[in-house]
Amino acid sequence: MTSRIDNKRCIKMYEQMLTIRHFEEKAIELFEHNLIRGNIHPCIGQEAVSVGVCTPLRRDDYMVNTHRGHGNCIAKGADLKLMMAELFGKSTGYCKGKGGSMHIADFQGGNLGANGIVGGGLPIAVGAGISIQNRETDQVAVCFFGDGATNQGTFHESLNLAALWKLPVIFVCENNLYGLSTPVRESISVVKISDRAMAYGIPGVSLDGNDIIAVYTAMKEAGERARAGEGPTLLDCITYRFYGHFTGDPGKGITYRSKEEMNQWLERCPIKRFRERLIKEKRITEKTEKTMEADVKASIEAAVKFAKESPLPLPEEALQDLFH
Amino acid sequence: MPEITFVESLRMTLKEEMERDPSLMLIGEDIGRYGGIFGVTKGLLEEFGPHRVRSTPISESAIIGSALGAAMTGIRTVAELMYIDFTPVAMDQIVNQTAKMSYMSGGKAKVPMVIRTQEGGGRGNAAQHSQCLEALFLHIPGLKIVMPSNPYDARGLLKTAIRDDNPVMFIEHKLLYATKGSIPDGEYLIPFGQADIKRKGKDVTIVAISYMVTVALKAAARLAEEGIEAEVIDLRTLVPLDFDAILQSVRNTNRVVIVHEGCRTGGIGAEIAAQIQEEAFDYLDAPVARVGALNVPIPYSEPLENAVIPDEDDIVRAAKKVLYRG
Repeated sequence: MTSRIDNKRCIKMYEQMLTIRHFEEKAIELFEHNLIRGNIHPCIGQEAVSVGVCTPLRRDDYMVNTHRGHGNCIAKGADLKLMMAELFGKSTGYCKGKGGSMHIADFQGGNLGANGIVGGGLPIAVGAGISIQNRETDQVAVCFFGDGATNQGTFHESLNLAALWKLPVIFVCENNLYGLSTPVRESISVVKISDRAMAYGIPGVSLDGNDIIAVYTAMKEAGERARAGEGPTLLDCITYRFYGHFTGDPGKGITYRSKEEMNQWLERCPIKRFRERLIKEKRITEKTEKTMEADVKASIEAAVKFAKESPLPLPEEALQDLFH
Repeated sequence: MPEITFVESLRMTLKEEMERDPSLMLIGEDIGRYGGIFGVTKGLLEEFGPHRVRSTPISESAIIGSALGAAMTGIRTVAELMYIDFTPVAMDQIVNQTAKMSYMSGGKAKVPMVIRTQEGGGRGNAAQHSQCLEALFLHIPGLKIVMPSNPYDARGLLKTAIRDDNPVMFIEHKLLYATKGSIPDGEYLIPFGQADIKRKGKDVTIVAISYMVTVALKAAARLAEEGIEAEVIDLRTLVPLDFDAILQSVRNTNRVVIVHEGCRTGGIGAEIAAQIQEEAFDYLDAPVARVGALNVPIPYSEPLENAVIPDEDDIVRAAKKVLYRG
């Protein structure tokens, strides 16, 4: 399957997955050292969804993100320095320190921001789809949300409206099997989240979200469909968050997930799987991979240095940016 | 120009602004062929087509959220929520999304968006179609709030609202829709934060909004018969608030009555009264009075509704109270 994707693109995808993984690990470490406030919702384990979905996107395509959104920001082309500075609450950050981890927005890169409200972003993505349709461009809007969001009213309203008006929106469910501690089997009335697409008369696909090629392929098809004016698609990418809900989750979610289950999913690590594939297909070697990993780590260290050295906002800046 | 109704004024303004800005979009329930439940958008679908006049399913959250998404990506949008009573259905999209988008993104997001809605009782529409909820939105930083009291202001303020690059709650009153007023030929805009002194007076200041401006003016006429000269201020916008106009008047009259149709408890009068005592305490010759609805949902039956919603008598009584007369 990978043979259909050119070498350069495959390597870039792998590098982005590594970047997300190391960025998140660094962010957790910094949080533990009290350098980052609030909380972090790490997306470690879900890298294949972020990168698989964003790779076929153009820079001018829109993305609406979730609280567990660092990976999606990176995959959509965010600058690590500006991201890290935002996590540090510095005035050089993407949102001048006003948004933090859950609200990174990069309008130049099509990133319309992340949401602290589960399901809050779906109608916004629909609006971006309307905007594309009215401006008659061939952009698309991607909407990320978790399995929990599919039980919100906004899910129904948004999919219905997008289907009704054939909007160029791709609804991507990062189905990591839990809404905080509540498993999907206790919260969702259908077997597969993609079954819900039927209610709106749109295509819905459930797929292995830890297989980046599967995600990429499905997304490419959904994107082409959207660009051709054929309307929205629902992608249910089944994956797993290795670190639990957030940095405050005891034992990475051990209070509601068995050790056995967690270990099984570690075996299905999307990065490990992609790496084995790339090595088998001789697209990377252990040596080139080592160099890549070192480069990734260096870029993250540079981001941390930039964030540390950046100025904190002045108290009077608290009153700015409310209105234009 | 002959006199036109409040509804006609709104319709003319929307049409003109849609002609002026070829991307301006309207979105809301029944705003297409049906022309809106109050007829405000009549004829606009036929003129501007279904992409610019988007009649939606009954999905208030999606209406507001999609208006926001469109506004953030270059489509100036006027969303219509049929009744202000339906805003709580879309409260997350208004409060957590729309109002916060600019601030939360460090000013990166620009949200040129108007939420048109209407409020108020007096027609027996009962508890879920009669509320006045402007105070809810006053409490949320990031929303501008406009409350026109007549057809002339509706036009000038709606133009300003549409051209503003921030989210604006444009709150109309159902009892004003059929009222008539004369409108000059040619374009005019009314800037936000500029109150209108509807009647000059030296004895007591009456601060009012929306339909209550009409009621306050009637009350002021009655007070005049008794030799009391009330100054009536129409705030026109709550955010931004023309507090200077209030302050100036209070310094002259030394007595204030604040009138609104929403509940007195936690109403806009509470905020304005607090600001007056902070800024003009030494000028006051009596405690600031508030006239607002009683603290219950709006009941259906006429005598009950009349008992709950403030009227001329309540305003006259409050004015006399702060003057220590009667």
